Amino acid sequence: MKLKLATLALGATMAAAPVMADLVFPSLSYRTGPFAAGGIPFADGYADYFTLLNERDGGIGGEMASVPECETAYNTEKGVECYEATKDSGALIYQPLSTGITYQLIPKVTADGIPLHTMGYGRTSAKNGKVFSHVFNYPVNYWDGASVGVNHFMKQAGGSLEGKKITLLHFNGAYGREPIPTLEALSAKHGFDFNAIPIDYPGQEQKSQWLQIRRERPDFILFWGWGVMNQVAVQEAANIRFPMENFMGIWWSGSENDVIPAGDGANGYKSLQFHNVGNDFPVFDDIQKYVVDAGKAAGAGDQVGTVLYNRGVYAAFLAAEAAKQAQAANGTSAIDASMMRDAMESLEITAATMEAAGLPGFGPEFKVSCENHGGDGLAAVGQWDAASQSWSLISDFEPSDGSVIGPLVDADSAAYAEENKVAMSCN
Amino acid sequence: MFYREAGDFKTSYREDNQTFPIKFDRYRYYSVMFAAFAVVPFLINDYWVNAIFLPFLIYSIAAIGLNILTGYCGQVSLGTGGFMAVGAYGCYKLMTAFPEVSILIHVILAGGVTGMVCVLFGLPSLRIKGFYLAVATLAAQFFLVWLFNRVPWFYNYSASGQINAPERTIFGIAVTGPNTQAWATYLFCLVIVTVCALVARNLTRGMQGRQWMAIRDMDIAAEIIGVNPLKAKISAFAVSGFFVGIAGALLFAVYLGAAEAGDSFGITKSFLVLFMIIIGGLGSIFGSFAGAAFLVLLPVFLKNVLVGWLGWPTDMAAHLEFIIVGALIVIFLIAEPHGLAQLWRVAKEKLRLWPFPH
Repeated sequence: MKLKLATLALGATMAAAPVMADLVFPSLSYRTGPFAAGGIPFADGYADYFTLLNERDGGIGGEMASVPECETAYNTEKGVECYEATKDSGALIYQPLSTGITYQLIPKVTADGIPLHTMGYGRTSAKNGKVFSHVFNYPVNYWDGASVGVNHFMKQAGGSLEGKKITLLHFNGAYGREPIPTLEALSAKHGFDFNAIPIDYPGQEQKSQWLQIRRERPDFILFWGWGVMNQVAVQEAANIRFPMENFMGIWWSGSENDVIPAGDGANGYKSLQFHNVGNDFPVFDDIQKYVVDAGKAAGAGDQVGTVLYNRGVYAAFLAAEAAKQAQAANGTSAIDASMMRDAMESLEITAATMEAAGLPGFGPEFKVSCENHGGDGLAAVGQWDAASQSWSLISDFEPSDGSVIGPLVDADSAAYAEENKVAMSCN
Repeated sequence: MFYREAGDFKTSYREDNQTFPIKFDRYRYYSVMFAAFAVVPFLINDYWVNAIFLPFLIYSIAAIGLNILTGYCGQVSLGTGGFMAVGAYGCYKLMTAFPEVSILIHVILAGGVTGMVCVLFGLPSLRIKGFYLAVATLAAQFFLVWLFNRVPWFYNYSASGQINAPERTIFGIAVTGPNTQAWATYLFCLVIVTVCALVARNLTRGMQGRQWMAIRDMDIAAEIIGVNPLKAKISAFAVSGFFVGIAGALLFAVYLGAAEAGDSFGITKSFLVLFMIIIGGLGSIFGSFAGAAFLVLLPVFLKNVLVGWLGWPTDMAAHLEFIIVGALIVIFLIAEPHGLAQLWRVAKEKLRLWPFPH
C-alpha cells in the first residue's frame, strides 16, 4: 500500500507530458520490438515531412506542426496508454500503424471526436463512412489489395484462375486475417482453390508453414506479413525455390528490409503498393536539404527514399493536405480535430496537389466523401530487382473488384453498427 | 512507537483473528480504502484511469488468482494468458448474447466459466508435478489461444477475429464501450478488486487455504494428515480460474475495449502475471498487489520520466526501460528472494521494535 501511495505521488509527473503546440500530429510509433524494422522508417518519414513543412514553409498555413512521438512497440496496451497521454494535447489525427491498436481506438476516437486515419491497414469496413464517422482508410484497404493481387495473378495466368491454387500466408492476428473473407468470395467468383496458412507472432520460425506450401504446391502465394516475418518468408521462399514472380506481398511486406537479406534469391518478388517508390521526387531533395543536412531528421537520415519512409511521408502529406483544406474551409489557421475530420471527409488529392507538394505522380488521385471513407482503392504491383537493389512499379494503379468488396464492406459495417448501436450518418 | 500491539486490547476471538490485528495497520487499511473509494474517483481523468489504475487493478486480480494456485497451492501455471482469454471471450459471448443482463453478472459468469475450464486443465495436476505441470498448463495456453483464433463462433464471425466490447451500463452509467467516464470504470473495477481480495484473503486464512498450503509444502504429508489432494488441487484451480477469468473479462471489456486472442492473451501475458507474483511474493495477497504495481506502473513511470521530462528519443527510452526493469527484478530477487511482500513483512517487524531494536 505504501507503494500505491508512492506511485500516486510519482504519477503526478504524468500530467505534465503534453506539449502545447499549434497543430499536433501525434505519432504512435514503434521503434522497438519485432516490428521495429517497419516502424522506424515510417515514423522517420512521418516526422521528417512535418519538420520539412516547419523549416521550409514555416508550418502549415503559418501554424507550426508538432509531432509528439509515443512508443507503442506494436503493443495494444501501450497503444491505449499513448492515446490517452496525447489526446488532450490538441491532437488532430491519429495514425497508429497497427491494426490491433486501430481496433481499440475506433470506438475511443469516435467518442472523443478525433479522426483516425489508417492508410492501407486497420478495419477495412471503415470505408463505410455512414457507420464509421471518424475513421478513414483512404486511399486503399486490405480487401482492395487482395482483389488487385488476385487480378494480377489472373492476368499472369492468362486470364483465368480456374483450377488454380492460391495460398494466403498471413500473420495470425487481426491484420493478417482481414483479407480472408474477400479471398473466399473471390475464390467462389473466379473458381480458384483458396487456403490460408497462418504464421504466429512474431514469425521468426516458419519451417512448418513452408513445408505445408511445398506439400500443397500452390500456384500463387499472397503474403500478409509484417516486420521480421517478411524477411523470413522471402528467405524461405528462396530456399524452396518457389518462383518469386508468383509470390506477392501486401504493401506492408514489400520494403527493402524484407528482400535484401535474401540476396539474389529475392529477385522478382512482388508486392502491392499504393504509392510510388524510389527517391526521384523533388520533396526528397528538400528533405535532404532542410531536414537531414540540417541535423533535424527524426532518425539517422539513412532511410530517405525507402518504401516505408516514403509511406510515412505520404501519410504525413495526406494529413497536412487535410489540415490545409480544413484551414481554407474554416478561414482560420488554428484548426481543431472536428474541423480536421470534416476536411478529411471532403479531401481531394489531385495531380496538382501532389505536384505542389513536390510529389508529382506519387499516388493515385482520389476523393473522399461522407459515404466513402476509403477512396477509390487503387493499387499497383511493384517488383524487386536484386541486381539494382530497387523496387519498381510494374503496373499502373489499378482498381479493385468493387462488386465483391462493396457488399462485404456493407455487411461487416452493418454488423458493427448493429452490435454497437451506431446511428447512421450522411443522411 | 505507533506500530505495536500494546494497548490494543482484544476482548473476543473475532477481534483477535481479524486480518489486521494491529491498530495502526487497521487504520492504514481504512485510510487506503477511503482514499481509493472516496478521494481518487474525484481526481482522476482518462489518462490516469486508462494508463495506471485500470491495468493495476485488473492485473492485481489476475495476480491474486495465480497466487492462489501457485503461491498457496504450489501448482505452477503458465496458462494464465489462455485462461484470461477464456474470461474475455466468455464475457464477450455473454455480453452479445444477453445484452439486457447486467455486465457485472456477465463478468462473474465469465469467471465461473474460466474456473470450469481451469479445472479441466488442472486435472493432470493430480498425476504430474512441478515443471511437468508447467508444461501441461503451457499446452493450455497455446490450445486456448489457437481455439479462439480458429473457431469463428467465439468472435461472432467478424472479419478479422477481433472482439469489440459494446456499451453496457450499471445503474444507467456506462462502464464498457467508448463513452465511459473515468470514475465509473475505475469504481467498477475497484469494487470487484476489493471483493476479490477480501474473498481470497479469507479463503486462504481458513481451512481451504490451510489445505492448499499443506499440499504446497508436502503433498504426501498432507494426504497422511487427511487432506484430500483431489479436492484441494481442483478447488485451487477452480478458484484461481475464477479470479483470472474475471481479470480477463475486465481487461477486455473495461480496459481494452477490443481484443484478439493471440495479441492480447499470448504467452507473454502468462509470464507477466507469473513475474508479478514472483516479484510481489508467492503466497501473499498484498504481494499480488505489490507485484502488479511494480510491473504495470514502473514502465509507465519510467517512460514519463525519460520521454516526458528528459525528452529522450522514444526508442532509447523504451530500451532503457527494459534494462532498468530487468535490473530491478534481478536486484530485488537477490536482495529479497521472497518478493516485495517479504520486504513489507520485514519492515513491519522492524517497525514494531523501533526505536529500540534490542
